[in-house]
This record gives sequence, structure tokens and C-alpha cells, in this order.
Amino acid sequence: MKRWLPLVFFVVLVGFFAKGLFLNPREVPSPFIGKAAPVFTLPVVGQADKAFSTTDMKGQVWLLNVWAPWCVSCKVEHQLLMALADSQTAPPIVGLNWKDKNRDAERLLIQTGNPYVAVPDDLSGRVGIDWGVTGTPETYLIDQSGTVRLKHVGPIDVDVWRNKFVPKLKELGA
Amino acid sequence: MTASILKRCGYATVLALALHLSAAANEPTQAAATVAPTAQPLFADAAIESRLMLLSRELRCVVCQNEALSESPAELAGDMRQEIRELMKAGKTDQEVLDFLTSRYGDFVLFRPPFKPLTYLLWIGPFVFLGFGVLIWFMALRARRTFKSAPVSSEQIAAAARLLEEKP
Repeated sequence: MKRWLPLVFFVVLVGFFAKGLFLNPREVPSPFIGKAAPVFTLPVVGQADKAFSTTDMKGQVWLLNVWAPWCVSCKVEHQLLMALADSQTAPPIVGLNWKDKNRDAERLLIQTGNPYVAVPDDLSGRVGIDWGVTGTPETYLIDQSGTVRLKHVGPIDVDVWRNKFVPKLKELGA
Repeated sequence: MTASILKRCGYATVLALALHLSAAANEPTQAAATVAPTAQPLFADAAIESRLMLLSRELRCVVCQNEALSESPAELAGDMRQEIRELMKAGKTDQEVLDFLTSRYGDFVLFRPPFKPLTYLLWIGPFVFLGFGVLIWFMALRARRTFKSAPVSSEQIAAAARLLEEKP
């Protein structure tokens, strides 16, 4: 038994390393989970006279999708967001247009379809920093009381939607 | 200590040089209108810049992850440095700036993880392992010290003596 001890130790260590190797380093736990979502008010893309405020969404479950016209994986995600918007059962999606320096968002949404109920325009990226955004796309699930329940880094695909968002939505009764 | 003095002197020199240059550049401007515009100083406030530089070395760039915020060329890192700059200008202390960032990005932005229940194992773990090592070492030493050779019978001694006397 004693002579196998180093081997056992080695195998355990390899187990830890293997686990670490397959973790996604982009999945950084958000400190906002279970906390109040940061409040912001921003102008809306394409409607210069309108403003979007997080308080507009009070009382309902909603998604904040941080995206940008220059972001390639957002284009991948776009199809699924369109399907969600069409489904009528998914919560409303707000699309925070993050650091869109070339002002492409309006044109792009007209061309490819708009899955969002509102597109607040975060040109400076300050609101993004307030929400702890590290890149696009990122999606937050906010509940009726304005508490962040979920954060997903990277594009949402069908698996992520089914396994991550749907159970949480059921929990919230939405 | 010397490093910090050097640093302080360094900034003072740069500042003095900048002042001197801008003063020198102002004079000919009045004389000739065709002179090139004075170069804008890179930083408006050297004290804040040095604080920002020191603090952002302790912070992780959330885009590159293994790079410090101070040296990251990522756009978001630039935005975050600007955010810190403005917080400092508003009179926030270094600790308040760190609190601002950790409340948004979590402890992940800190290169030095704070000492709290979640990180106890991280901080104390190496010492626990060292303790194990010392324990094993002591046990090995004691086993060696208390080692008693098996009793030797008179026949064995006689046999050994015979072997020693044998001519090769």
C-alpha cells in the first residue's frame, strides 16, 4: 500500500489539472448574481428623442444582451435571438449596443432583423464597465425585482438556452 | 526606497522638462505665427498618472486575462484606465477604486487575491503542504534513529570471522 501512495497522489493531481484544463477561462463568475442590476439611462439607437432606462423594465423578467455590430460571435447568436423574439414565450431582450464607434447598429438591425425591444446606445462603454462586461456577447437575466440572476459570457446557442436559461426562467415563473 | 526616490525624481524631471519646454515653446510662438503647435503633455496630472500606473499593475486586464491593466493594449483596458483616472480625480482613494472594480468584475481583477474564507486554502495550502513535508521528514528521521539491527547469533559471528580469514 505504502509504495502506491505517490502514484495515488499523482493521479489525484492529474485529475485536478485535467479539470482545470477543460474549464473555460472566460467564464468569470459575475459578482452581480443575486444583487441589484446596475441602473442606467441611455439614448436609443435610431430614435434620437427616446431614452431607455432600466427602470422601464421593472416588474418583468428580461434579458440584457450586450452586443456590437463589429462583433462576429454576436452575428452567430443573432439567429437564436431572432427565434426567441419570435417565440413570444421568451422574455423581452434589451440589446445594449456596446462601443459602436462606426455607428453601424441601426443599419445592421434593419438589414438582419431586430430581436430587441430596445437598443440602448453605450457609445463610450461606460455602462458596460458598470455591468462588468469583459467582451461581447454577454447576456444577463434580470428578474422582476431587478436582481441579476444569470450571466452568460459568449454567444448563446440552443444548448446554453435550454440548459442554462430555461431552468432559471422556470424558477422565476416566467 | 531608492527606486521610489528615483521614480519621484524621474517624474519631477519630466515635469520640469515639460514646463521648461512649454515655456520655451511659448516665446517663439509670439514671435513667429508659423511655428508648430506645442505638443500637449501626455498626462494632465503626474501624481494621478503615477498612482494609476502603480495601481493598474495590480489589476488584471479582463480581456487578456494574463496581462496587467497597466500594460494591456486592449480597448477595454484603456477605458478602464480612464475610468480609474476619473475616479482618482474625483478624490477616491486607491482602496475605493479597487472596491469599485471588484464590485463590478469580482476579485478576478485583482492579481493578489484577498484573504477570505473562499481563498483560505489558496493562501494557507502551501504551508499545510510544507507542514506535511516536515512531518514526513521527522517520521523518517525517527525511524532511522530507532532502527535496531536484528540480534546476531554466535554462529553468525563465527561464520563472518571464517569468511574474513579466508584467503582469496
